[in-house]
Amino acid sequence: MQATSLHTAFDVDQVRRHFPILKREVKGKPLVYFDNAATTQKPVEVIDALTGYYQYFNANIHRGIHSLAEEATAAYEATRDTVQQFINANQREEIIFTRGVTESINLVAYTWARTNLKAGDEILISGMEHHSNIVPWQLITEMTGAKLKVIPVDDNGELMMDEFHKLLNEKVKLVSVVHASNSLGTINPVKEIIDSAHKIGAIVMLDGAQSTVHLDIDVQELDCDFFAISSHKVYGPTGIGVLYGKRALLEAMPPFMGGGEMIKDVSFEKTTWNELPYKFEAGTPNIADTVALKAAIDFVQRIGKKQIRMHEDELLRYATEELQNIDGIRLIGTAKQKVSVASFVVEGVHPQDLGILLDNQGVAVRTGHHCTQPLMNRFGIPGTTRASFAMYNTKDEIDVMINALNKAINLLR
Amino acid sequence: MKSIVEIEEEIVEDFSLFDSWDEKYEYIIDMGKKLKPLEDEHKKEENKIKGCQSTVWMVSELKDGKIYYRAESDAVIVKGLVSLLIRVLSGHAPTEIINAKLDFIDKIGMKQHLAQTRSNGLLSMVKQMKLDATVYLAQQASKN
Ligand SMILES: Cc1ncc(COP(=O)(O)O)c(C=O)c1O
Repeated sequence: MQATSLHTAFDVDQVRRHFPILKREVKGKPLVYFDNAATTQKPVEVIDALTGYYQYFNANIHRGIHSLAEEATAAYEATRDTVQQFINANQREEIIFTRGVTESINLVAYTWARTNLKAGDEILISGMEHHSNIVPWQLITEMTGAKLKVIPVDDNGELMMDEFHKLLNEKVKLVSVVHASNSLGTINPVKEIIDSAHKIGAIVMLDGAQSTVHLDIDVQELDCDFFAISSHKVYGPTGIGVLYGKRALLEAMPPFMGGGEMIKDVSFEKTTWNELPYKFEAGTPNIADTVALKAAIDFVQRIGKKQIRMHEDELLRYATEELQNIDGIRLIGTAKQKVSVASFVVEGVHPQDLGILLDNQGVAVRTGHHCTQPLMNRFGIPGTTRASFAMYNTKDEIDVMINALNKAINLLR
Repeated sequence: MKSIVEIEEEIVEDFSLFDSWDEKYEYIIDMGKKLKPLEDEHKKEENKIKGCQSTVWMVSELKDGKIYYRAESDAVIVKGLVSLLIRVLSGHAPTEIINAKLDFIDKIGMKQHLAQTRSNGLLSMVKQMKLDATVYLAQQASKN
């Protein structure tokens, strides 16, 4: 008898059956979806939760006294509890629903940063940030006179931590860095960053867009002050995300937007704010997608983050090895600690040409600057081709990509 | 001199010989490689037609009532498509260019490259070519 594999608990064929979209074809070929860092596909559990909400208990929440409103409110708030447990937040009031990472960062920028920063203060970000962790801070520096400083990135795509420590002085009030890079895959030493920043009294925001789906997130152990999540990158629906914030900070912050839900009492003379988390959830929220986000997190936890991580690490290892055999290829992002992102350039070949020719072979990758233009400039390239892997990808699919790449490069050279 | 529609038909016929996607792209890539490079002096900001991922530079001139285009791109498939556009439009009168429907792009199966999401500058390229034609037409009208 054959020895049973170590992976008995994780069966990728079984996992794939949960994702209806994986059955479709593109240009007459089976879809190979390697654009997971942009957004992940959705399991049938999430799709069912979304339609189920509209079919059975659609109602506005926190307001009605009728049964539907109660059920909808309960489902919406159940997602908050699930998220709290998923990232190990201390309290459910520390979980604020937003549209995604972009809105979460903007919320902190326009509330905490706008009211706490002044001329001469510094915000520290890194050279591998997504535009959504650059531009909001630039807007705030224009309003407050604070300065933006950047932790440089080395040739492997790792943060230069010596430089970080040099940049960290008492003028720095906020450090906002990406936990795992969407362009390179690099997992940053965020614990070291957080502990060092706290020593000088700065607060730390983490962009968890990429890390939440791949790594175990424990915001209390990390001790980060803010943490941003996009549901659509964690197998959940688009249009919903999370801002985690430490309660004391959230309490002290002014509201982000005004409107219904976020108030306690309104009069023309003086309006008072609702308590946390509602103070930051103005208007009718995105109820359906919030409800379905719970289904996504439940699904991920049922499959098991550790199992998923092992599977993805193996895919990354295999892809990296196979890619390196291609003539003229250069991997961009060779950090020691990576999530499952393989970014590369091919000598003499424009990434867009590769993307088009891969698409014609059913392989979906991302090409371009991945919303990290300063990082691309740092490497002196216009962009990369990026393959990013999720729980449902297979080594066979990587073989398909490698063959497709060889064919594309042959056509282009 | 062939009309724009006649040249379009010629291209559609050329493409009908190809059975598979890779033959089509091989042809387009070949056209891209053969496109005469634009001199560096023309590769400046005001001649840039920027897509999200690749860049096209284009210049045009009016000679004896006809417009002549020259262009280049940093991506070879775009360059091939641009070369097809030049083959179709270059050497025609402004009004013909403004009215050209350019159905051939769809007929040869390259319509996706005109989609907004491709952001490869091809759509902007077509717009710019027509805009140049409009400007020349206005100049001609003001002279008369
Ligand atoms: C690292 C990183 N930060 C921020 C974002 C922005 O996320 P969203 O567009 O969901 O707000 C993304 C996703 O594109 C990302 O990969």
